[in-house]
Amino acid sequence: MLEIEGLSAHYGLVRALSNVNLKVEEGSITAILGANGAGKTTLLRVISGLVRASEGRITAFGEDITTTPTDRIARSGVAHVPEGGGVIPELTVEENLRLGALWRKDRADRAKALDEVLELFPPLVPRRSRAAGTLSGGERQMLAIGRGLMGRPRLLLLDEPSLGLAPMVAAKIMAVLRDLRADTGLTVLLVEQNARSALSISDYGFVLGLGEVVASENAATLLADDQLRHAYLGF
Amino acid sequence: MTTFFNLTLAGLSSGAVYAALGLSLVIIYRATRVVNFAQPALALISSYVAYSVTKDTGSYWLGFAAAIVVGTVLGVAVERLLVRPLRDAGELSAIIATLGLLLVLQAVSGMIWSNEPHAFSYAFDFRGRFSAADLFAVLAVVVTASGVLLLFKFTSLGLRMRAAAFNPEVARLLGVRVGVMLTLGWGLAAAVGSLAGMLAIPPFISPTTLDEVFVFALTAAVLGGLDNPLGTIVGGLALGIGLSYVSGLLGPELVPLAALAILVAVLAVRPAGLFGRATARRV
Amino acid sequence: MLNKLPPVVVHLLAALGCLVLLVLLTFATDPFTNLRIATVGYYLIAVAGLALLTGFNGQVSLGHGAFMFIGAYTVALLVKRVPAFPIWADLLLATAAGGVAGLLAGAAAARLRGPYLAGATLALAVGLPAVTQRFPDLLAGSNGLSFTVNSQPAGLRSIPSTQWQAWIVWLAVLLALVVLANLARGKLGRTLRAVRDDEVAASLAGVHVGRTKILAFLVSSACGGLAGGLQAFLLGTAAPGSFTVALSLSLLAALVLGGLGSLWGALWGAIALVYFQVWTDDIAEMLSLRNDISDNLPLALYGVVLIVIVLAFPAGIQGGLRKLWVRVRRPVPSQRGEAS
Repeated sequence: MLEIEGLSAHYGLVRALSNVNLKVEEGSITAILGANGAGKTTLLRVISGLVRASEGRITAFGEDITTTPTDRIARSGVAHVPEGGGVIPELTVEENLRLGALWRKDRADRAKALDEVLELFPPLVPRRSRAAGTLSGGERQMLAIGRGLMGRPRLLLLDEPSLGLAPMVAAKIMAVLRDLRADTGLTVLLVEQNARSALSISDYGFVLGLGEVVASENAATLLADDQLRHAYLGF
Repeated sequence: MTTFFNLTLAGLSSGAVYAALGLSLVIIYRATRVVNFAQPALALISSYVAYSVTKDTGSYWLGFAAAIVVGTVLGVAVERLLVRPLRDAGELSAIIATLGLLLVLQAVSGMIWSNEPHAFSYAFDFRGRFSAADLFAVLAVVVTASGVLLLFKFTSLGLRMRAAAFNPEVARLLGVRVGVMLTLGWGLAAAVGSLAGMLAIPPFISPTTLDEVFVFALTAAVLGGLDNPLGTIVGGLALGIGLSYVSGLLGPELVPLAALAILVAVLAVRPAGLFGRATARRV
Repeated sequence: MLNKLPPVVVHLLAALGCLVLLVLLTFATDPFTNLRIATVGYYLIAVAGLALLTGFNGQVSLGHGAFMFIGAYTVALLVKRVPAFPIWADLLLATAAGGVAGLLAGAAAARLRGPYLAGATLALAVGLPAVTQRFPDLLAGSNGLSFTVNSQPAGLRSIPSTQWQAWIVWLAVLLALVVLANLARGKLGRTLRAVRDDEVAASLAGVHVGRTKILAFLVSSACGGLAGGLQAFLLGTAAPGSFTVALSLSLLAALVLGGLGSLWGALWGAIALVYFQVWTDDIAEMLSLRNDISDNLPLALYGVVLIVIVLAFPAGIQGGLRKLWVRVRRPVPSQRGEAS
């Protein structure tokens, strides 16, 4: 589904990613873990095209998307929910959601998607016509993820969805992801600092340290490996 | 009393023009955070083209249509060729570039059509306190402004354009072709600007005819808050009426300075304009 | 030895040297060129003032022409109404008038930034000259004020007036430049630039931002007033038609062309302003272009210059020269393994 080979990326002279090799199987939930500054966000931004790779190749759904522009990547079925959600505060909740699916031609399907997303995140329903800037942190995150799902993506990139959220809300979001995967076969690439929470729903995990992949194992192994956990995951 | 009534009516129709030109500035500012100082020049060239077309064909409306088309094309061209390359160059660069364009286009219109004023017809009969031409001006602006506001508020295209203006990065992540939205925004703004030009210019057209109007339009846009279309329209109408009083009571020559005084006074009290959104500055 | 002297003295000596060279130059050239030399002079001080305001302090002013207007009319009115005043007193008052206007403008504009400031100063440029129509008795409307100045002392009457005028203009300009250069080099210059680069940081460092911005306006508009006064002195008239929006924009174009943050840039810009006009006139004559085209050619050229500079050479002429200078002074790196 997603294959990354020899990827490197720079911010000016600073190397943010170094020779990253990564593979995401269809229908899986894969976690990208690591400390602050390890390059996790950069990785997602390179995949969705916001940052240009300096070396390497990214293949999604069998196509090379290394140099494809961001909006085209989005329209090919990759939804990237950026760190903090990226909700547009001046637009209403409903407008934010509708934005997520505007590129799809089928109007009836877009309306259906809206209903489905609202069903998935009930707290959004009473706030439908309110400006997104008036939402709480948890509601905003729900809105952001819901907006990402509006386009019925094949691959969902999530950057720290539980950041700054109350544990209950974060857990609820994780549960939603797990159910989605079960119901629709959605593939998820999940960047998280809260490694325990991420690994609890993931199948596979990659650990980044200083821009390099330092471990790639299935989730259970990562949870069990004490040394690795202490060194890179903080618990 | 009748004086005030007359002044108010006169102010309404000139205010409509300021509102329209101000609206074109605001559309662009919202989309690209650039004040298009070249807007009066784009409107000027469109109107000169209308003048030539009307002279050759005898039809005012053919000239009018030509003005709108030419304006739109020019707006699109300016966005792609001048503004796009300067995206990351800083605020001062955009200001200077559009000022340069203003100089060039004003000079070019002088070269092609001469610096001497030419008579320029109104859309309709212009005689009387509140003439058919005045009514047309007000109606045209109200209809256009409503159309623009409806476009932004209720259509998918408008939603995409707003998203591209508020947060281009996120818009891209949602599949919006941000570049196309910006170009469309400029084209739309230039078309509105050309309408304003056609309404503002009569009875005479010369390379400097729109200088004063532009200052009033900019004042209206700033008063309304540079990113608030509705505020700009209200600001334009109010300014038109206010300046009409100044003209009638203190003399038409003092009107630009009065506009300056109003601008400074309002910004002193509300730096983001009457209806603008003051964004917190990142430290 | 030169390094040991305080900067003021160095600047004064340099100014004196320039003045001497200039006087010699005016003997060698014809009256037309002398007139142009004088014109470069007053444009230089106008653009230098703008350099301080827009280049050093980052405040985009589209209204500089309005301050020239004030200076010009001050001189014109003084010469006509108070002929007893010597010309240098008139010029001093023109400078002061410009400064006062700048003080007011700066105070009004202190909280404005970027496009808001540009718009407000544009309104000033459009609005102020129109005042002449409102008070036609005093200010003679669109015809403007005409006058003659007899400033040459008895002993120097033999010198042609164009030469004399060039000396007066450049004496005033060089003196003003010495003042500007000292301000720019010293604490004020640093403060101006600090406010331009980051107002919040500057105020946290103890800089009084509002006062600095107003001071920048004051100094800049005083220069504008002087420039306008010198222009009136040179031409013997002050008319609203010379102070259009196009003038303010041309001054900005000259500054950007010369190099935004530099006083030397003002010199290149002023020379460009005068000689673009000369060259386009020559080209127009050579190609027998009609008046419409030749009249508008300089403005079109300034506009193109602004666009090209912003797109391709943001540092202007002075920036280009500086790069050249650095390249000339830096030794070519030797190949590895070879003796240097």
